Amino acid sequence: MTPREIVIVGASVAGVAVADELRRLGYEGAVTLVGDEPHLPYDRPPLSKDLLTGRTGPDRILLREPGHYADRGIDLVLGVPAVGLRGTHVALSDGRVLAPGAVVIATGARARPLGEPRPTLVTLRGLDDGLHLRRRLADAPRLVIAGGGFIGAEVAASARALGVDVTLIEAAPLPFAHLLGGQVAAALLRPHRDAGVRVLTGAPVQRVDHVDGSERVHLPDGRVVHGDLVLAGIGSLPNTGWLDGSGLSIGDGVLCDATGATGVPGVYAVGDVAAWYEPEAGRHVRHEHWTGATEQARSVAARILGREPKAAPGAGVPYLWSDQYGSRIQALGRPEVADEIQVVRGSLEADSFAVLYGREGRLVGAAGRDAAAHVMRHRQAIATAEPMPLQPAAGA
Amino acid sequence: MRVTIDEDKCCGYAACLSVAGKVFDLAADNIATVLVEHPEGELADLAREAAAACPTAAIVLLDDRDRPDGGA
Repeated sequence: MTPREIVIVGASVAGVAVADELRRLGYEGAVTLVGDEPHLPYDRPPLSKDLLTGRTGPDRILLREPGHYADRGIDLVLGVPAVGLRGTHVALSDGRVLAPGAVVIATGARARPLGEPRPTLVTLRGLDDGLHLRRRLADAPRLVIAGGGFIGAEVAASARALGVDVTLIEAAPLPFAHLLGGQVAAALLRPHRDAGVRVLTGAPVQRVDHVDGSERVHLPDGRVVHGDLVLAGIGSLPNTGWLDGSGLSIGDGVLCDATGATGVPGVYAVGDVAAWYEPEAGRHVRHEHWTGATEQARSVAARILGREPKAAPGAGVPYLWSDQYGSRIQALGRPEVADEIQVVRGSLEADSFAVLYGREGRLVGAAGRDAAAHVMRHRQAIATAEPMPLQPAAGA
Repeated sequence: MRVTIDEDKCCGYAACLSVAGKVFDLAADNIATVLVEHPEGELADLAREAAAACPTAAIVLLDDRDRPDGGA
C-alpha cells in the first residue's frame, strides 16, 4: 500500500533524488525532506575544488534552484537534526515527531577526525567546513594534509593553485595502489610532485599536537612535520548515531537488503549511510559515490511506491571521479579485484590515458585521466563482464 | 521528444555516454553532444535515464511542444 506521507532524513544528493523521483513517478502524498544543516541542499564535490579556490560560491553549488522544492510540494525542514527513530516515527531535535508511512534514511557520513577538532585541525565534509578552510587558506598557511585519498589529493591541488605550501602525508606506500593498481597509482601521484607538493608516503599519522600556535604532525619513525593548518582526509564514518534504539541492524552503515530495505518495515536507507547487500560481493557494502547514491535513491523511490525499480543500463557499476590539477580522473567498476590491466588509450606516462581492468579474463573495471569517453563507454560492458581483451568499440 | 545539452552546465562527466551511448557522445572539448536529437521508444527511455544520471543536470528534454519534460 502506498504511504500517505514519506519522510526523507538527510538533505543530501541521495535525499533530494528520492524526493524528486517520488514526484516524477506521480506520488501525490506528502514528502518531507529533513536536513541537519541550515543550508538549502547543496552539492559536495565542489567543496574541495572550485569552492576552495574561490572559482564558485555557496549559492552556485545548490543541488536545485531554491524554488524547486515548493514547486514540487516537497516540504523542507532544515537546520533540524533527527535524533531518533522508532518504527517509522522520526523524532526531531526541536521536539517534533513526524509519523509517516515510510522513512528513507539518507543522513550520509562524516569525516573521520584525527583528534579533537580545532580551527587549525580540520576536516572537509560540509559547506561550513569548506568555507572555513577557504578562509584559512587565504592566510597562506603551511598546510599539512593527512591522507592521500580523493579529498586529500583534491585539496592539495586546490591549495597549490592558491600558492599554499602543501605537505601530503599518506599511510600507504602509494596512494590509490590498493584501488587502481601500482602503475596507475604512480601516474596519479606524479602531478603532486610536479606541482611542488611534498609527498610523504608509508607514513600513518600518529597524532597531531597543537604547540605554540602551530600544529605538529607526528609520524611513526619519529619525524615531526610542522604546519599552520592540518586537514584530515582519512575516510568517513556513517551517521548512524541517531538510530540507537531503532532496532535497525547497524554495521559499517545501515544494513539493507539488495534493494535498500532495512529490517524494519517501511524504513529504507540510501547513499553514504547505507550498506546494501551486494550478491556478487556476498556482503554488505557501503559506497560513497555520487552516482551510486542517486541510483539507489531512484530505486528506493520506486520500491516504496510498489513499482518495479527499472535499472538504467550499467546502473550498479560503481563510478567515481576526481578533479585535480586541471585533470579529471575517473574510475568505474571494481578495479581493486583485477588481475590484469590493459592500456587502451594514451600511456601511463602521458597526461591522458585510459586502462581496462580484467579478472579471470572478464572486464571488471576501467579508469583513466582526461579520457572520459574512453572510460565511460565501457560501463555496460563492465556490468555484463564482457571477455577481455575487448574488441575496439565503434567510434573508440 | 527533443534532446538538448545545456553546454554551460555540462562538465564532461560522460555519465550520459555510459547510460545511453547510442544517444550521446563526447566531443573533443569534453562537452556532450547529441547523436539522436529525436529519440523514440527504447532510445527515448535511455535518454530519460541519462538525464536523470547527469551529475550536473545538463541534459534538457523538451516535449513536442518545446516545454520542459522531466529532466529532474
